[in-house]
Amino acid sequence: MATTAIKKNKLVQWDPADVKAKLLAKYPPKVARKRAKQIMINEAQENETPEISANVRTTPGIITMRGCTYAGCKGVIMGPTRDIVNLVHGPIGCSFYAWLTRRNQTDAGADGENYMSYCFSTDMQDSDIIFGGEKKLEKAIQEAYDLFHPKSIAIFATCPVGLIGDDIHTVARRMKEKFGDCNVYAFSCEGYKGVSQSAGHHIANNQVFRHIVGENDEVKPGKYKINLLGEYNIGGDGFEIDRIFKKCGITNIATFSGNSTYDQFASAHTADLNAVMCHRSINYVADMLETKYGIPWIKVNFISAKGTAKSLRKIAEYFGDQELIDRVEAVINEEMPAVEAAKNDILPRTQGKTAMLFVGGSRAHHYQELFTEMGMKTISAGYEFAHRDDYEGRQVLPTLTVDADSRNIEEIEVEADATRFKPRKSPEEMKALEKAGYKFKEYEGLIPDMEKGTLIIDDLNQYEAEKLVELMKPDIFCAGIKEKFSIQKLGIPMKQLHSYDSGGPYAGFKGAVNFYKEIDRLVNSKVWSYMKAPWQTNPQLSATYGWE
Amino acid sequence: MRKVAIYGKGGIGKSTTTQNTVAGLAQMGKKVMVVGCDPKADSTRLLLGGLAQKSVLDTLREEGEDVELENIRKKGYGNTWCVESGGPEPGVGCAGRGIITSINMLESLGAYEESEGLDYAFYDVLGDVVCGGFAMPIRDGKAEEIYIVCSGEMMAMYAANNICKGIMKFAQSGAVRLGGLICNSRAVDNEKEMIENLAAMLGTKMIYFVPRDNDVQRAEINRKTVIEWNPEVPQADHYRNLAKAIDENTNFVIPKPLDIEELEKLLMDYGLMN
Repeated sequence: MATTAIKKNKLVQWDPADVKAKLLAKYPPKVARKRAKQIMINEAQENETPEISANVRTTPGIITMRGCTYAGCKGVIMGPTRDIVNLVHGPIGCSFYAWLTRRNQTDAGADGENYMSYCFSTDMQDSDIIFGGEKKLEKAIQEAYDLFHPKSIAIFATCPVGLIGDDIHTVARRMKEKFGDCNVYAFSCEGYKGVSQSAGHHIANNQVFRHIVGENDEVKPGKYKINLLGEYNIGGDGFEIDRIFKKCGITNIATFSGNSTYDQFASAHTADLNAVMCHRSINYVADMLETKYGIPWIKVNFISAKGTAKSLRKIAEYFGDQELIDRVEAVINEEMPAVEAAKNDILPRTQGKTAMLFVGGSRAHHYQELFTEMGMKTISAGYEFAHRDDYEGRQVLPTLTVDADSRNIEEIEVEADATRFKPRKSPEEMKALEKAGYKFKEYEGLIPDMEKGTLIIDDLNQYEAEKLVELMKPDIFCAGIKEKFSIQKLGIPMKQLHSYDSGGPYAGFKGAVNFYKEIDRLVNSKVWSYMKAPWQTNPQLSATYGWE
Repeated sequence: MRKVAIYGKGGIGKSTTTQNTVAGLAQMGKKVMVVGCDPKADSTRLLLGGLAQKSVLDTLREEGEDVELENIRKKGYGNTWCVESGGPEPGVGCAGRGIITSINMLESLGAYEESEGLDYAFYDVLGDVVCGGFAMPIRDGKAEEIYIVCSGEMMAMYAANNICKGIMKFAQSGAVRLGGLICNSRAVDNEKEMIENLAAMLGTKMIYFVPRDNDVQRAEINRKTVIEWNPEVPQADHYRNLAKAIDENTNFVIPKPLDIEELEKLLMDYGLMN
């Protein structure tokens, strides 16, 4: 019998309560109790949703999808800035595996100053652990300075540095004073801190705000000046968003931190609006910019064509200038036909298919809009490192409990700057905007955007991922590199939404088109029906063992 | 070869007791190596007649990978081999990791080989068992018998009990055993009886009671062990006796640490006897 591609039965019937029970069945009672709080059957209520447990420790033994604090600080937030020398104080492995692995692209610009392709490390050895590594760190900073004369050097602590207690901040301060023309600062982002990479984002945010933001008061040209926060230029997302901004006449002063430079951070306080993409990783900076300099922030999402259009309109509405509003509309009208054409092409093939997204602290939410545009339903989603507010919305912030893990991460107190605090809108203007339905400082989280009866799972792990795929049989699964091949071995296409595999950009209008095509290619590939060897489905020979 | 580690509360007299006892063993014709596991590198001062020793870690740092056994050990009183592990200055780095590195280095250089003809290897370890590095001598069979130096003072007994917890942990997976308590007297009331009782409760014996004598101090000023400084004084005999007691000891146990209430009670019972 010829092995023809088996038409998969798409009508997989499952009951969310049953799926949840099956996910938990294998766990010891205590673990099951804890995990049960992190697995939520969505009731899709708008404002009052049941509480989901998030940002809590992963039970040891569980193969989590999470990363470490060092990854969040060095890899995510600081990694995409091209002209800061990122010097890792630690063993070479921590440095090497954090080097150029996130596909955050950069444009070296006119000055050509780009250190992203270098891997700077103090390469700690046994003797540095025993006798302390401060002297070696000092030497390494000096060497980097002598070789490149960068504007800035950032130092990242790895686990052993915290254990032996090297005082990296004092070394940084000393070297900064010595150089005079190079800003040197350090991040105590030892991998073991916190419960996930989220702690690293927070630590990075604090130090960027403390040491860089506000360093350059020079007024940049531009009429509508914004900062784009929480956009990391994976696969060139930031390039596409900047292309659209430029077309609309919006000046992007600083991106935190895709394709960014030291000067962008240093001038961020001169912008008039903060547009926040990834709420989880960067909301700390948005809040601090508002408190210290009076810049309001709004939540945006440039993932999906509709999201992009909506975000652009939101920015235009904030400035309230007819010229900008008209220009934004013109850009949307100009860009949309190509998007519509691409969508109409793939829609017959993607309509009705299902997706699962377990990634990031925002991505599992943002990408659902793209899937919706393709007629696909997200049947289960969750974050790796989000907090409750990213699921349930910012209204839960006052009720969040501070535990020992979060207490371990520094909170910095910010006050209005004595000379530079300047509210961008008067209280009356703000009120008028809010009255018209405009929302500042607002993020409703992932829950209200997911359908009733879908499963929302925090900190999904290897075991549950495989079980979930087995039970719910999605047409595509989105996560990171660690999940890539185990999921594909189950016969389900897998798309990396951290690094985009080798694709992108997926943001903005052009990104949406790229994504439609990519997902169409993945979910309609026939390769998955050839997962089983011919003899597995149709044995040609059968036999028994002699002792049977 | 017998592998012995000496533990005890900081300042209790571990280094002094170790070196004086080793001098006694050397006089008995035993071949001994002393490994100081203290970043201060002062565990072999009396045997060497001064702090002239270059530590394993210093040597390793200066010579790089290529180190000879002769670079890191020095001959002391009575043909004893003296080694100092060394370590970082106070407040930096990781001394525990240093001890692990230097013991591994000694092993790989063959300091414990049969051809060296050692009868004893002594580890003199800093203070309490504070972290994995300081437990190194009692892990992996580096030391097989432990003697705890203590006195009748509460904190010394508390430390001894704590060390027993460490020994118990490693004894379950390895060959390490408690050889006994050495009481280095602080002239506390009923000290001898109290320590004998503590030893019994821990499941071991007080192997020797070393009385307090200023001759120890006099010998130290002269950078010598008591036996070398003045072999005739009574204290020299005490150290000879202690050496003999260790040499003849066959009582090796897994200790049973006490809980804090039991310890407090012991102190009350004996402290209030008079």
